[in-house]
Amino acid sequence: MKVIICAGPPTTGKTTVLRQVTRRLIEAEFRPAYLKIDVLYAIEDQMFQKEFNIPSKKVYSGELCPDHCNVMVLRDAVEWAQKTSADFLLVETAGLCLRCSPYIEGGLGIVVLEATSGMNLPVKIGPMLTLADIAVVTKIDLISQAEREVFRSRIMKASAGIPICETNALCGIGIDALVKKIHASPDIGDSLVLRGNPPVGTCTVCVGKKEIGWQQHFGVVRPLENDIFYRGE
Amino acid sequence: MQIKEIKIFAGVGKNGQPDLVDEITFTMGDVISIVGPTGSGKTTLIDDIALFADCNTPTRRRVLINEAPAPEDFMNDPSQNPVAFITQHTNFLSDLPVNEFLETHADIRKRPDISSVVRETIEFANQLTGEPLNAENGMTELSGGQTRALLIADAVIISNSPVILLDEIENAGINRTKALELLKKYEKIFVFVTHDPRIALSSDFRIVMENGAVTKVLYPHDEELAVAEEIKKIDDLMLHFRRLIRSGERVTGGII
Ligand SMILES: Nc1nc2c(ncn2[C@@H]2O[C@H](COP(=O)(O)OP(=O)(O)OP(=O)(O)O)[C@@H](O)[C@H]2O)c(=O)[nH]1
Ligand SMILES: Nc1ncnc2c1ncn2[C@@H]1O[C@H](COP(=O)(O)OP(=O)(O)OP(=O)(O)O)[C@@H](O)[C@H]1O
Ligand SMILES: [Mg+2]
Ligand SMILES: [Mg+2]
Ligand SMILES: [Zn+2]
Repeated sequence: MKVIICAGPPTTGKTTVLRQVTRRLIEAEFRPAYLKIDVLYAIEDQMFQKEFNIPSKKVYSGELCPDHCNVMVLRDAVEWAQKTSADFLLVETAGLCLRCSPYIEGGLGIVVLEATSGMNLPVKIGPMLTLADIAVVTKIDLISQAEREVFRSRIMKASAGIPICETNALCGIGIDALVKKIHASPDIGDSLVLRGNPPVGTCTVCVGKKEIGWQQHFGVVRPLENDIFYRGE
Repeated sequence: MQIKEIKIFAGVGKNGQPDLVDEITFTMGDVISIVGPTGSGKTTLIDDIALFADCNTPTRRRVLINEAPAPEDFMNDPSQNPVAFITQHTNFLSDLPVNEFLETHADIRKRPDISSVVRETIEFANQLTGEPLNAENGMTELSGGQTRALLIADAVIISNSPVILLDEIENAGINRTKALELLKKYEKIFVFVTHDPRIALSSDFRIVMENGAVTKVLYPHDEELAVAEEIKKIDDLMLHFRRLIRSGERVTGGII
């Protein structure tokens, strides 16, 4: 089975892209399964279930950072998908945390960016872009060719050499390059490891401690004027 | 790649009826118009060209460049794409200032003398607009007409695209007569979707559309060329009045 992890800021077109991909996988007689990881609300699993009649699931990360949640649940999700005898697991993440990235070793990491998002976005989103295997640029139907070129070069600047697939995801123009990349990705092995280093976490915040000030926290902390250090056992 | 010609092979219209012209050839240097009623499929036809349709669009048309299907690079990398398409709706969404955007674009296109290319582009655009644009301003602050003017200038000068598709520039709030005159100095394939008789008659030929399909290709003959001269005079007169109204002056009757 191949695991495809799709990240990107909210409403950039992740679902729309994955629907185009799913349609093409099914046409080629493959069996994709779909998992959505979101914070509070998602209906994509029902959409995929209804439109394509494929195994679909969602997880709410709730209090957890969605990328952390991804780390927690993905192994179970891979087992779930394997049980449904899927040959592709498509994971759509919420991609809100700009310090983490959800991609794993041995799986394809896709970042979805919208062409309409402003020229500085590529340098703002860090590992979500730099650790991805391919950048998909959606909504090219809404901007001029000149802007497409400049946006593209901004992506290249932030992540040299990354393949870029530009698409009007609404009608699927340009999506074939992505599908090719998906087919060429390797099958997942037994060990599942996060790609790159997760950010050093302010973990007590993640787990819900609300007091402000590093003096109130344990683990990796930082004062305003100093660098981070470890506090605790 | 040097573009010598583009060929469009017939597909089907809205009801599946065939295009009535089997093969249309655009040769380098041609100015072509596409005419037809609203909703007749003019934009769809230039979309086919911009997409290098290969029987994979709803129209099932096929487009060949120099007798061959377009290389994948054309679609994958916009800076390799020989076709510039200025649509009815394109707007700039970029948050960059005009000059910085143009400089970046010129750099991507590996133009040797960036600052003079950018200057030339802005000068070109300003010839088409009512009020000159301010290069320090953000792209999103440009008016509709200034945006369209800059898109055309960028396509012609920075991108130096050999094929330029323009969808209804007469409705773009730019000086279309000036645009036509300036554009004709460049050796390119220009395709105008238009409702404007002056643009249509100053083209090498025009493609007529109906109900999604091409119905014929017309070459201007002597009588049309003579009428075209008359149309120019009428049009110039209209432009003269428009100028008066625009600049807040009174219209006088003497000239008619
Ligand atoms: N014009 C245009 N609209 C697009 C394109 N891709 C997506 N959209 C639209 O953008 C909106 C958001 O798309 P989604 O696919 O739901 O985005 P998402 O990234 O899955 O959003 P979340 O999961 O809510 O973060 C929808 O209205 C889509 O129809 C595109 O290529 N062109
Ligand atoms: N050959 C075709 N097959 C199927 N649908 C078509 C075809 N040609 C055009 N259409 C559809 O008809 C509609 C109108 O077409 P289009 O926008 O190209 O018209 P137009 O001539 O550019 O109109 P306008 O003058 O208003 O800009 C569109 O929804 C388009 O998808
Ligand atoms: Mg979604
Ligand atoms: Mg149109
Ligand atoms: Zn995180």
